[in-house]
Amino acid sequence: MRNIWIICRRELSSYFTSPIAWLLLTMYSVIFGFIFWNFVAEFIKQGMEMEMMGQASPMNINEQVIRPLLGTSSFLGLFVVPLISMRLFAEEKRNGTIELLATSPVRDIEIILGKWFAATVLYCWIILYASISFVFLFRFGNPDWKPMLVTLLGVFLQGAALLAIGTFISTLTKNQIIAGALTFGACLLLWVFSWVSSYDSSTWAQVMSYMSVITHFDSFDRGVLSTKDAIYYLSVIFVGLFFTARSMESLRWRS
Amino acid sequence: MITVTDLTKRYARTTAVDHISFSVNKGDIVGFLGPNGAGKTTTMRMLTCFFPPTSGKATVAGFDVFDQSIEVRRRIGYLPEAPPLYLEMETIEYLRFVGRLKGLSGADLEKRVTYVCDRCAIADVKMKLLGKLSKGYRQRVGLAQAIIHNPDVLILDEPTAGLDPKQINETRDLIKSLAGDHTIILSTHILPEVEQTCERVIIINKGKLVATDSVQNLQARARGAESVLIEVAPRTGSLAAPTAQQRLEKIAGVSRVQLKEERGQGSVFEVESDKGKLVRGDLARAIVEAGWDLNELRPSAMSLEEVFLQLTGSDAAATPEAAPSTDAPAPEAEA
Ligand SMILES: Nc1ncnc2c1ncn2[C@@H]1O[C@H](COP(=O)(O)OP(=O)(O)O)[C@@H](O)[C@H]1O
Ligand SMILES: [Mg+2]
Repeated sequence: MRNIWIICRRELSSYFTSPIAWLLLTMYSVIFGFIFWNFVAEFIKQGMEMEMMGQASPMNINEQVIRPLLGTSSFLGLFVVPLISMRLFAEEKRNGTIELLATSPVRDIEIILGKWFAATVLYCWIILYASISFVFLFRFGNPDWKPMLVTLLGVFLQGAALLAIGTFISTLTKNQIIAGALTFGACLLLWVFSWVSSYDSSTWAQVMSYMSVITHFDSFDRGVLSTKDAIYYLSVIFVGLFFTARSMESLRWRS
Repeated sequence: MITVTDLTKRYARTTAVDHISFSVNKGDIVGFLGPNGAGKTTTMRMLTCFFPPTSGKATVAGFDVFDQSIEVRRRIGYLPEAPPLYLEMETIEYLRFVGRLKGLSGADLEKRVTYVCDRCAIADVKMKLLGKLSKGYRQRVGLAQAIIHNPDVLILDEPTAGLDPKQINETRDLIKSLAGDHTIILSTHILPEVEQTCERVIIINKGKLVATDSVQNLQARARGAESVLIEVAPRTGSLAAPTAQQRLEKIAGVSRVQLKEERGQGSVFEVESDKGKLVRGDLARAIVEAGWDLNELRPSAMSLEEVFLQLTGSDAAATPEAAPSTDAPAPEAEA
């Protein structure tokens, strides 16, 4: 446990001393902020139009602002994840520090968990930082915060799962760019797999659709906490980290 | 402290280390000598538990590198060919990280960090980013991280490769000063390094063990015979070298006489005798009886380089560089 924390802490400080964390944080906030104000502006415009037409329609800030925004979050995650995870092992392999880690009295799984955990913390930090804008909604409207938290949880779980896959991919090469590109490809694939279910209902299509991260985001998106979907994300995390462990082991046997 | 039995490592195509066995006693400083590609790094990586052997066994401080690898790692400090530095970290921050990784904490950790900074003369770059340090400093930080947890065994892979002569001397002195506290194995493909730093030497070539002995014994052993250098000069006039040579060859027990050098009036000969026969007295008497002067008589030591070439069957590929190498320690290619 202590070792995991030691590794995690170093990873985090390395994210923040290299510009990558700040870069991601800034870019993400700018893009997210822009989308946020778009949705809010549209929401206000609609509200005014309705008022002018004399309709007291039930406007819902959760449905019209928060939900699409967090949907966007989960989408932006596809771009953020590879940038976070690509360096985890690739960089250590490139500059030889992997020899330090692998010959220190820590177990492989502690190294892996520490790194993945640091990546997840950074990811959460970026999402939360951008979500500060939601505070405005609480000042001006009266959104329901429970479904919002559930959706946020979904965004985290999805990110953590994709990061586990990215961690695995990062062990395969010492080239960060290759690791990043492969991870991005994998994320995108797991995203588009959900599309097949719209025109195909064969077993294969069902399997593919099940594998897609988006399929399982649906319930979280609607603000419903679904154990089944949470279990999917947890299993992806488990499988990803399991493969990372195997990959590290084979690194030792092969190289 | 370290025992290695039939250790073997096969990569996909090559056998990098082939059934080597040796042992290292506590407190020894041992040179692991071999040309590039001999399998030095591979052996060290097995000893440090970076990867397991294909077959064979190795123990460090009584623990098996495969079955009790965590225990072994606790007792080993390792400086790989390229110092394993996180270039975006400050020196002190890095040393703290490595110390924690090796199980230190609290006041203990701070004490050790201060100690290794002093010991390795890196206190003045404590607050600098590792990426900004010169090569000599990086190497010393690499050594500092290896000794931070005061390990029983130090394993140093080509610790002076790529340094300039001044840095090489500093690093050598540092390593020698560490010898009292730790058992040290250091690898090198440079012979003078072993002669200067180590007490014992293990020579490998193409994955096979060639010799393991003390530096002195090895020099003597390779010769297989005793030999002395003598300088002979006549009282007056000049000496006819061939005559002198013939005369020396007649002495009982002498197997070969070779003219090495003609210095002014005298000549220097190398006289080889059969092993175990001491002919120095006879030599001296014969020379004096011939009316010459014996200006010098000393045992001729073979340089380790000659030994090395003799042992490894002096093929071109195995020719070690006598001068400090300038090539950078290239990171290992990965299969
Ligand atoms: N990761 C690897 N995969 C395949 N072959 C390797 C690998 N590392 C080293 N080798 C080969 O093993 C042999 C020994 O290499 P090494 O132990 O690095 O030698 P040294 O350190 O003595 O120069 C060389 O022939 C080298 O090409
Ligand atoms: Mg080497």
